[in-house]
Amino acid sequence: MTQPLEKEAQAGAAAGTSGVPRRTLLRRVRSTATAYGFLVPTMALVLTFFVIPGILLLILSFTNLASVNFGDPWNFIGFANFERLFTDRFFPKILRNTVFYVFTTLILFNLGLALVLAIVTTNIPRRAGFFFRLVWLLPRLTPSVVYILMWRRIGQAEPYGIYNQLFPEFLGASGGNLFLGGSPWTFVILTNGFVGASFGMIIFTSALLSIPEDLLTAAKVDGASAWRIIRDIKLPLIKWPLLFIATYQTLSLLTSFEYILLLTEGGPGLFTTEVWALTAYKRAFATYAGNSQWAFGATWAIVLVTVALFFAVIYVKLFKFDELVEEPRIDNL
Amino acid sequence: MRVELDNLSKAWDGVVGADRITLEVADGEMVAFLGPSGCGKTTTLLMVAGIYRPTGGTISFDGRVVNEVAPKDRGIGMVFQSYALYPHMTVFGNISYPLRLKRLEKGEIRKRVEQVADMMGIGDLLDRRIAQLSGGQQQRVSLGRALVKEPQLLLFDEPLSNLDARLRLAMRGEIKRLQNDLGITSIYVTHDQVEAMTMADKIAVMSKGVLQAYDIPEALYDRPKTLFVAGFVGNPPMNFFDVEVMLLGGEFHAKNESLDLIVPDDRAAKAAAKEGRVVMGVRPEDVDVADDSSPRVEGLTLSAKVEVVEPLGREDLLGVVVGGVNVRLLVDKTKRAKPGDLVDLVFNMDNVQFFDPETEESLLWA
Ligand SMILES: Nc1ncnc2c1ncn2[C@@H]1O[C@H](COP(=O)(O)OP(=O)(O)OP(=O)(O)O)[C@@H](O)[C@H]1O
Ligand SMILES: [Mg+2]
Repeated sequence: MTQPLEKEAQAGAAAGTSGVPRRTLLRRVRSTATAYGFLVPTMALVLTFFVIPGILLLILSFTNLASVNFGDPWNFIGFANFERLFTDRFFPKILRNTVFYVFTTLILFNLGLALVLAIVTTNIPRRAGFFFRLVWLLPRLTPSVVYILMWRRIGQAEPYGIYNQLFPEFLGASGGNLFLGGSPWTFVILTNGFVGASFGMIIFTSALLSIPEDLLTAAKVDGASAWRIIRDIKLPLIKWPLLFIATYQTLSLLTSFEYILLLTEGGPGLFTTEVWALTAYKRAFATYAGNSQWAFGATWAIVLVTVALFFAVIYVKLFKFDELVEEPRIDNL
Repeated sequence: MRVELDNLSKAWDGVVGADRITLEVADGEMVAFLGPSGCGKTTTLLMVAGIYRPTGGTISFDGRVVNEVAPKDRGIGMVFQSYALYPHMTVFGNISYPLRLKRLEKGEIRKRVEQVADMMGIGDLLDRRIAQLSGGQQQRVSLGRALVKEPQLLLFDEPLSNLDARLRLAMRGEIKRLQNDLGITSIYVTHDQVEAMTMADKIAVMSKGVLQAYDIPEALYDRPKTLFVAGFVGNPPMNFFDVEVMLLGGEFHAKNESLDLIVPDDRAAKAAAKEGRVVMGVRPEDVDVADDSSPRVEGLTLSAKVEVVEPLGREDLLGVVVGGVNVRLLVDKTKRAKPGDLVDLVFNMDNVQFFDPETEESLLWA
């Protein structure tokens, strides 16, 4: 970007003062064109793989397309799918589950545990810190099916689950059915949280390590305790990564369901741990009496995307992301 | 507050940062830690601050050992080369931070911050963000933050190194005046010897973690106890020659293959007592270029060829070669020396120094 600009400027200077306004205009148009030029590939990708499918999905949600009438011309049925969704007997439950799942996992693990891990592993000897972070990355490196299989082996009811078999009476009254049977949410949130925390941990660690040593020395000399240093210096200085992780993880928790699918399939029982994204998946791809309700699944998905977009906008506004990004020091010529 | 360091050491498995530093800073005194990069100045300072835990020796404040006292309880203020201001706080936020940590009452905090800010000449900047300040203003804020809690001891780590030459000169005077007026005991780390010479009551010269000398500035300059101190203190540095000192015809001569100079008796006698060769040191201002009118005293004159001329404004710094040894001298610019000129050098031997080449210790002041 700068090079052509500089050349332009030099050429302009060499040409003398005559025709300066025209040149400036030309240069402006050119530099804007260059800027858009750089955006084209990304825009093309977003358009092809997000905007167009999104529109197709939206259209789909107004039809009754399913595997039974596949091949027939699309039959538009208006808002019937949306009506069906919002009047679904389990809609309130699914909504509550989703909110509970997203924010509990986000606050306790993806932000909370991630932050604790980052702070702790940057305050112990370097090698030890590195080792512990590596350990916490293991769940993320493990294929999800393998990872969930391990958890199921641990948490299933007697006689399959190791834990319930070894300690049928320990930790209370579940009678050999603790965890997956007795408190499935604990398990759902633990499995997701252990994976989710590592992302924030990595980001927060690098942000914490980039705080200049002198600042921390200054704070200690100023009289700050370890806790006050975290509260007054470290957290404000990693605000931007914190907000980024909060936003990013809210959205990815909203739309992810594969661990729940593998772990509980939304059960045990009716919709106990079923979240929105899982419902969308089940409606669209899992068959009910041999029928995949593609259009109805698309409706769940489209509502979810809308909710996610809504959250994204709220986060951007609430956290003032535009203010966090500093204006470039270089004036636009 | 009186500060005593007793055999203070710091090592990180294998790397020595500070090696058995012993010195005392009297109450109200300003002491400079002077030395080349990596000699352990910051390490020692951070031990005094309580950031580094010493691996040996003790630090005492007013006779009380403080090795185990946390930095926040040491009553110190610190100023950094990087300023180390909190970027997410305003100027007021920065200066008030130590007081807020002490949970002082709001009105009291404002009063004291304003007082300090006025003293530092930044009273009208209190609402600014740090990024909106110039380097000089930032350094004033950081000085204000160090002073606001009325510390017993001020620690400076090269506070002026990031400022331009003129501002550095101004701030130098200002810090010294403040320190004098407030009478706060201070330790000032620098690698700039002009700063050390002009500001400090005493200078601790360090090299490779070892305290080389600890004395008043004039003593370090006129009576250097080691070869290192002689070479490090003074700019341009002292010239050194390998010579033998001997008594010839009632006068002491410093001789080698290319020079033969007469040395005053009192200094030469001590050098002559040492067998074999010694290192002779002559400061650049003690060598002059003779002009037509100056007398050529036998035994104090030497001819040499000018290699380089560096005009310094008021004077010229000449580089000449005497018997294969580069010699630097400061001469009046009216001498108009040019590279390639053959000149007569006139030596003033009244301040000559002699060192033992093995122990590198002074033969005069040991
Ligand atoms: N945390 C550390 N771990 C290991 N070695 C260190 C550490 N801090 C300093 N050192 C070493 O200790 C020695 C002294 O360092 P120090 O920072 O005290 O030098 P300094 O005199 O302040 O230098 P400068 O003028 O460049 O700031 C150096 O050799 C340095 O490499
Ligand atoms: Mg240093």
